[in-house]
Amino acid sequence: MIPRDELATTIRAGIRQGRIETRLTLTTLGDLLGYLIPTAGLLTVLVFQRGHKVAGTGFSLGAVTLPSVIGAGFALAGLMTFSLKLAEERTDGTLLRAKAMPHGMTGYLIGKSITVAAGSAIGFVLTLVPGLFLLPDVSLRTPAAWLTLVAVAVLSLLATIPIGAVIGSVFSDPSWTGITILPGFGLIAISGMFYPITHFPVWLQDIAQVFPLYWAGLGMRSALLPAHAAAVEIGGSWRHLATFAVLGAWAVAGMLLAPWVLRRMARKESGSSMEMRKAKAFARAR
Amino acid sequence: MTVLRQAGAPAPAPDLPPGDVAIEVRDLRMRYGTTDVLTVVDFTARRGEVVALLGPNGAGKTTTIEILEGFRLRSAGHVRVLGVDPAHGTERWRARLGIVLQSWRDHGKWRVRELLDYLGSYYTCYSDDRVRRPWDTDELIKAVGLDEHARKRIRRLSGGQRRRLDVAIGIVGRPELLFLDEPTAGFDPAARRDFHDLVHRLSDEETTILLTTHDLDEADKLADRILILGGGRVIANGSPDALAQRMSSEAEVRWSRDGQRFVHSTTDATRFVRELFLQYGTDIADLEVRRASLEDTYMALVREFEAGRIDSAVHDFREVAR
Repeated sequence: MIPRDELATTIRAGIRQGRIETRLTLTTLGDLLGYLIPTAGLLTVLVFQRGHKVAGTGFSLGAVTLPSVIGAGFALAGLMTFSLKLAEERTDGTLLRAKAMPHGMTGYLIGKSITVAAGSAIGFVLTLVPGLFLLPDVSLRTPAAWLTLVAVAVLSLLATIPIGAVIGSVFSDPSWTGITILPGFGLIAISGMFYPITHFPVWLQDIAQVFPLYWAGLGMRSALLPAHAAAVEIGGSWRHLATFAVLGAWAVAGMLLAPWVLRRMARKESGSSMEMRKAKAFARAR
Repeated sequence: MTVLRQAGAPAPAPDLPPGDVAIEVRDLRMRYGTTDVLTVVDFTARRGEVVALLGPNGAGKTTTIEILEGFRLRSAGHVRVLGVDPAHGTERWRARLGIVLQSWRDHGKWRVRELLDYLGSYYTCYSDDRVRRPWDTDELIKAVGLDEHARKRIRRLSGGQRRRLDVAIGIVGRPELLFLDEPTAGFDPAARRDFHDLVHRLSDEETTILLTTHDLDEADKLADRILILGGGRVIANGSPDALAQRMSSEAEVRWSRDGQRFVHSTTDATRFVRELFLQYGTDIADLEVRRASLEDTYMALVREFEAGRIDSAVHDFREVAR
């Protein structure tokens, strides 16, 4: 166990890292555009979708898509953003620096989790606020809706950040981490974000329901859409209990697995292993 | 501060009390698969000593340092760093070490002061009755000569400035033992001199320093003791002077007489020069006596090592070390 004073120091350092990195994101033009351009693109698509009704309901397709995308944003922040960052910062030496500090690796992971969570919160606000104005079916009026939204957001991050950390540690080369993108897009396609999942074959629905992405989207739809929109969902219900159970199970599994994998990764980190990756990166760039 | 010793661990070098030993390495071996990278490495470093690790590429310098830093597990041998086995070092132990890494492009968006302040905050709970940790950020920035760049983004620093920042990060926790892997690679002469001053200041404050370098002049200026690694073993161990003297029993005497230049090699330069003056008196001009430099010593040693005659060299320098 970490002694209490060391733990407090480490957590404070991690929080400071998260705060600084978030501020740097907000003051770096490239990073800001990274948020604004996809959001603007998405909102444009949603506005054009307004006219299309989802079969069997009075809802516009855009109104269903927006909460799904918001939920997926939280889930993918953990799965993709975190793992890519980890692999990238292993190559550029950030992790080795952390390893040379007392409890530096723990502090780094705390900080990075905060940065990723804050980043997805920024993306969330940028998407939701204009969405509330543009799509009349989407609303956030009751305290229960707020509570569901926050709970689903936090749980989605908890379910996916540890798994993202594992993915980022397993692949030693950032270009390999890119292979998570393909299955990632596959999951997005089958998770009922752009089209009700009940219109897919049952076996495909079963696959989608194993992963956190579908549940994050479902949870957000339950928070942002009126109750009768549940009609197009599996079982005609928001299935809150199942949502929390599946996301919770991913969180627990990830938190059990991640420390072990991360410790293994951290042990192998050294100046010479970094030199090797650097040499490879240079060879690729040439 | 007392140095922790594990029960059953062998005693340190007999002539030093245990509290005075910062690094203790005996029979260190490292093997990757069937390749021996380190065959037998033995040395100790006293507290406050500056030790330079030299050797051709592939001699095992980096491997040795990484084992001492606790970044790599050794195959066999006895290693104690500040009294602790680095394979089982705690974070409290790590807080007493400083490591200067060759950075590449990490934290590019951060500002210099911001990064040092943040990294220093990892050390706040490790102060003890002798050392207050971390180093005050502004003092530290001044000490490495980055005051004008404190608010700059790190990716905008020049190569030399970036290396100063690496050094600052290495010492931000006021380490008792500092590892420097080729610290001045890419420095201009002025930056190099500033850096040497900084190392002297740190070693005056009882910081033990282990550095690797390819620059013999630097090793000569900074180190109390030089270790030369070759083929995974220590092939020489001694003070820069002792090493140079031991290797070069011969000196070169140059002079001119009647406008003609002469060169003579001798084992007893003093006697040769005295006889020269007795014989020619005031005709002698431009007298110059030159002993082998550390660089000559090093090159001779590496040549000897490569010719496979190294066992005798090891023996020679074991005597020098005493």
